[in-house]
Amino acid sequence: MKNKISFVKVIRYVLIYFLLILFMMPFYLMVINSFKTTQQFVSNPFSLPALNKVGFDNYISAFKKMSFLKAIGNSATITLISIILILLTSSMAAYFLVRHKWKINKVIFAVMVASMIVPFQAIMIPLVSIYGRLNLMNSKWVLIFMYIGFGQGFAVFIFHGFIKNIPLEMEESALIDGCSKVQSFFQIVFPLLKPVLVTVLILDVLWIWNDYLLPSLVLLSPAERTLPLSTYSFFNTYSVDYAPLMAGIVLTIIPVVIVYIFSQKHIIHGVVQGAIK
Amino acid sequence: MSKKSKLLGNIGNFAVFAGPSVITFTCVLLVPLIYGVYLTFTNYSPIRITYDFVGFSNFKSVFTDKEFWQQFVKTLGYVFYSTVFCNLLAFLLAYLLTGNIKARDFLRAGFFTPNLIGGIVLGYIWKFIFANVVTKLGDILGYQPLMTSFLTHPDRAIVAMIIVTVWQYAGYLMIIYIAGFVGIPQDVQEASEIDGATGLRKLYSITIPLMVPSFIICFFIMISRGFMTYDLNLALTNGQPYGSTRLAAMHIYQKAFQANEYGIGQAEAIIFFITVAVAAVSQVLLTKRFEVEA
Repeated sequence: MKNKISFVKVIRYVLIYFLLILFMMPFYLMVINSFKTTQQFVSNPFSLPALNKVGFDNYISAFKKMSFLKAIGNSATITLISIILILLTSSMAAYFLVRHKWKINKVIFAVMVASMIVPFQAIMIPLVSIYGRLNLMNSKWVLIFMYIGFGQGFAVFIFHGFIKNIPLEMEESALIDGCSKVQSFFQIVFPLLKPVLVTVLILDVLWIWNDYLLPSLVLLSPAERTLPLSTYSFFNTYSVDYAPLMAGIVLTIIPVVIVYIFSQKHIIHGVVQGAIK
Repeated sequence: MSKKSKLLGNIGNFAVFAGPSVITFTCVLLVPLIYGVYLTFTNYSPIRITYDFVGFSNFKSVFTDKEFWQQFVKTLGYVFYSTVFCNLLAFLLAYLLTGNIKARDFLRAGFFTPNLIGGIVLGYIWKFIFANVVTKLGDILGYQPLMTSFLTHPDRAIVAMIIVTVWQYAGYLMIIYIAGFVGIPQDVQEASEIDGATGLRKLYSITIPLMVPSFIICFFIMISRGFMTYDLNLALTNGQPYGSTRLAAMHIYQKAFQANEYGIGQAEAIIFFITVAVAAVSQVLLTKRFEVEA
């Protein structure tokens, strides 16, 4: 019996690590091949790079051609500002919708929740048509405005569910003490939202940081490009020379992996919370 | 306080708290959605100065567009197989990674990694894998079917899309399944073991029925994401070869922004929207019937 159990256990570990290696293989291959020349890569993608041959040449070339700093700066600005504003606007709205059971509030909440099922493709054409004719394209501020709007449905839904369970008493006593509604929200309710704020934050970072389609429609000039846009144009412009392209991929992944290493627990927890609500 | 000033106060509070949310939401979601329906009845195009009402002729031309329907069916197949295989793999991973296991957090984090990276980058990674690594592997093994790239063959390119999609989302669904496993009450598990249920029998009669809510979520995620796949499609195959992997989302994009047919493109988008909604909702209703109480 004991032997049988440990046998099952061994099989389990072997299977898990086999699958993990398979899962990680694409990343491993990217990294080793990013230190080779294109010929070396084509002739054998499995070999380890020869020392001191290529070094970081591919990285330097990709860094320059992708305008990496500019792109990562744009991505960071857009992601950061959009998310701060999403969190602020949606938590305030959700709070108001929970605390005032007016008919109009119920309608607003229902429409926002229902909107989560609308695929972006169903709005994309009229969006481009309207904002294009108003000459509002090619600005990161308009893009941020759009992210705030698209972010409402999910965020309001999550905050709404959480705030419903916060007892009224503390706010009431704050109001009696002469706090304004805004003060009592920010001093009493907002700090309590921390766990859900983290959930929404994480899911929205993953969404906005990696989004390609919306920025590709809104940001037209190369100077405004976010990281996914500059990766795309880099690949389309230099599609023959493989090696720097792989260095480019590794470059775009590095910042994400660094953040992931430090916040992996929060991220995974956030994904679960976001999904099961 | 008078009634009037109370009303004013309420409106003021509404404007402060819900105003920014409602306004941005209306401007980028509601208005375009409604305007989009209007667009489908016009022949609006950004390259023409004027446009006319054309009634249902956009829908008529969509319904008679053979290419659209071919790609539509292809998309249904892609979504179906991605959903099935991704959930199978994710469930297996979750099953293997629940309970007493060393380095559990590390392993979970590892399988989740592809979800941190956008479809564009993932698509390019796998383009190299299929074009250079898999073909090389075919050469080394002397195995004919692997020697030519998946991406150059009309039937196999869509398989490549499915493989990458499964790889991309398996870790995500795994996390949700793990939460489902953990949520099964301990006493039910113990009771089933006392009754002699072990291994597969326990999995089949106890675990799976109690995890129906997780299945609903995971199917829902895969169905809606599968339909909306665009980035990965663009980077991995760009619809090639011969348009065989052009999924519905890409078809709509090209109809609108390359052929400049906003009206027809939007009519397709509305049909697409209805399909996604019907598929997602009917899945929920269908799966719900298997739900049991613990």
